[in-house]
Amino acid sequence: MLKIDELKVSYGGIEAVKGISLEVPERQIVTLIGANGAGKSTTLRTIAGLVKPAHGRIHLQGEDITGFVPDRIVSKGITLVPEGRHVFPDMTVLENLKIGAYLRRDDLEEDIRWVYDLFPRLKERSWQAAGTLSGGEQQMLAVGRALMSRPKLMMMDEPSLGLAPLVVKGIFDIIKEINRQGVTILLIEQNANMALQTADLAYVMETGQITLSGPGRELMNNDAIKKAYLGK
Amino acid sequence: MLSQKKNKKGLYIALLACLAVLALVVILENTLSPTGMLFIVLRKSAVYALVVVSMNLLNGFTGLFSLGQAGFMLLGAYTYAILTVPVEKKATVYYLYGGTSVNFSITDFFQGIFGSTGAGGGVALVLTVLLALILAGCVAALFAWLIGLPVLRLKSDYLAIATLGFAEIIRAIFQWDTLGPITNGANMIKSFPGFSDFNIDLGGGNTFYLSTFVPFLISMVCIGIIVLLINSSYGRAFKSIREDEIAAEAMGVNLSKHKMLSFCISSFFAGVGGAMFAMLTNMAQARVYTSVMTYELLLIVVLGGIGSISGSCIATFLYVAASEWWLRGLDAGEFLGIRSPLFRTGFRMVVFSVIIMVVVLFFRQGLMGDKELPDLFKRRKKQEVAK
Repeated sequence: MLKIDELKVSYGGIEAVKGISLEVPERQIVTLIGANGAGKSTTLRTIAGLVKPAHGRIHLQGEDITGFVPDRIVSKGITLVPEGRHVFPDMTVLENLKIGAYLRRDDLEEDIRWVYDLFPRLKERSWQAAGTLSGGEQQMLAVGRALMSRPKLMMMDEPSLGLAPLVVKGIFDIIKEINRQGVTILLIEQNANMALQTADLAYVMETGQITLSGPGRELMNNDAIKKAYLGK
Repeated sequence: MLSQKKNKKGLYIALLACLAVLALVVILENTLSPTGMLFIVLRKSAVYALVVVSMNLLNGFTGLFSLGQAGFMLLGAYTYAILTVPVEKKATVYYLYGGTSVNFSITDFFQGIFGSTGAGGGVALVLTVLLALILAGCVAALFAWLIGLPVLRLKSDYLAIATLGFAEIIRAIFQWDTLGPITNGANMIKSFPGFSDFNIDLGGGNTFYLSTFVPFLISMVCIGIIVLLINSSYGRAFKSIREDEIAAEAMGVNLSKHKMLSFCISSFFAGVGGAMFAMLTNMAQARVYTSVMTYELLLIVVLGGIGSISGSCIATFLYVAASEWWLRGLDAGEFLGIRSPLFRTGFRMVVFSVIIMVVVLFFRQGLMGDKELPDLFKRRKKQEVAK
């Protein structure tokens, strides 16, 4: 579905991503794990169009989308759930969801109901300002807001950041459920254990390069991974 | 999700309230003394309210801290004035420059079609003012677009400084002697249609006064348009930019496009407001539109609540009434029946500053915060609906 070839991204003089190639197959959960500063977030931001790549191509379903502006990429069906949630704090939950569907011109009623079914907690808080929600609820809102654009591919930047283990489990259950309903997912995680358990396909990134890849459960048994990320 | 019916009901109530206010203004003006302080305050407030709301759209809803409002008002005022001074009066207005190089007038154009007296004259006046106001707004918006191209890449304080600089440059340019045949240099342009021209002479010394009604009507229509814009999906996009640019961009909101849109619309209404200010004072002069005026507007926005339209309107009326009317006695020697040697010229501003400080201390978010007037009644009901 999404195919990245030899992608290089630099900030000023520093090359953050040094020529990576990866593929996200349709209807799968793909995860990108790695330490801080490995270039994971940069990769996602580049796919979303927030950063322009220095080299390489990005294809979505055979169409070259390299260098598109972010709103065109959203309308092509790729949404990013930014790191640290980034909900709009002074707007209500409902308004947040409506912003997610900003580029759509059709009726939103059904999608709002869909999101509220996925996250009943959000429905209870519909009229509350998003800034007053708890961390877990804000993450739910960020995911719900991204779903409002009806994405084919949803990219998530560390959905477990700063959340309690039980809440993280809840979020990952939802991710699986969303994936089951047909949305392809590309996920960045520090929580390698959780991510590898969930993912169909995993890539390991180190200092701007992909060093390992394979099915999630397989990588869990890899000695190098165990040592570096799972602490065993 | 919100039932459409409820929205419609709110709209009707708002419309009815507006009509009631308009009716009240007409009745008051024709029963009380029309030259009273009340009407001077009401007229000025109506004009200011529009400019304050336009500033709130940009500073409060889109989160762009701009201080160019007086500059855009000036553009609007001059556009209106230059285009509507009747040709026969141009020689008197521009006597220092031996006439003007703008040798046509919208006033003459419409009077040529509908005549200059009676009902025809009225139609001509309305059309003249309408067209000139729209053009005034368009010129302001055009300039906003031009300076927005480079300036909107800046953020917060830097944007404020750049727009403030723009406003000062515009003012200097309009006072430039070389442009005298168009802008009348540093002198005022006058003899164009103002609000008092809308008063209808019924004959026999009776007059049907509309000079307060007209600014109210124009302001209400313009503010109504801004409110509709804010409640549309564009308004939501503006707010999302204010709250979190990164998330807004990730959601597909085109940042530069929406910032430009908000900047141009805000400037358009500032231009219309500037033209109305010229109609109010019956003159257009660059000297009036200083940065002090922008600060005054900004102060009202903050007092009313950043991100609240009704707050801006309420604060405008209170501010103008207090500064122009209620505290006058402090300058004149007697206030609320108390006579004191302290009460002399300048003391009013001391008291006024103290009042503003107290208000800001007790209302940290301004009078209304980011709530609107109907929210104060609705809040509880909405929560029940959600359940």
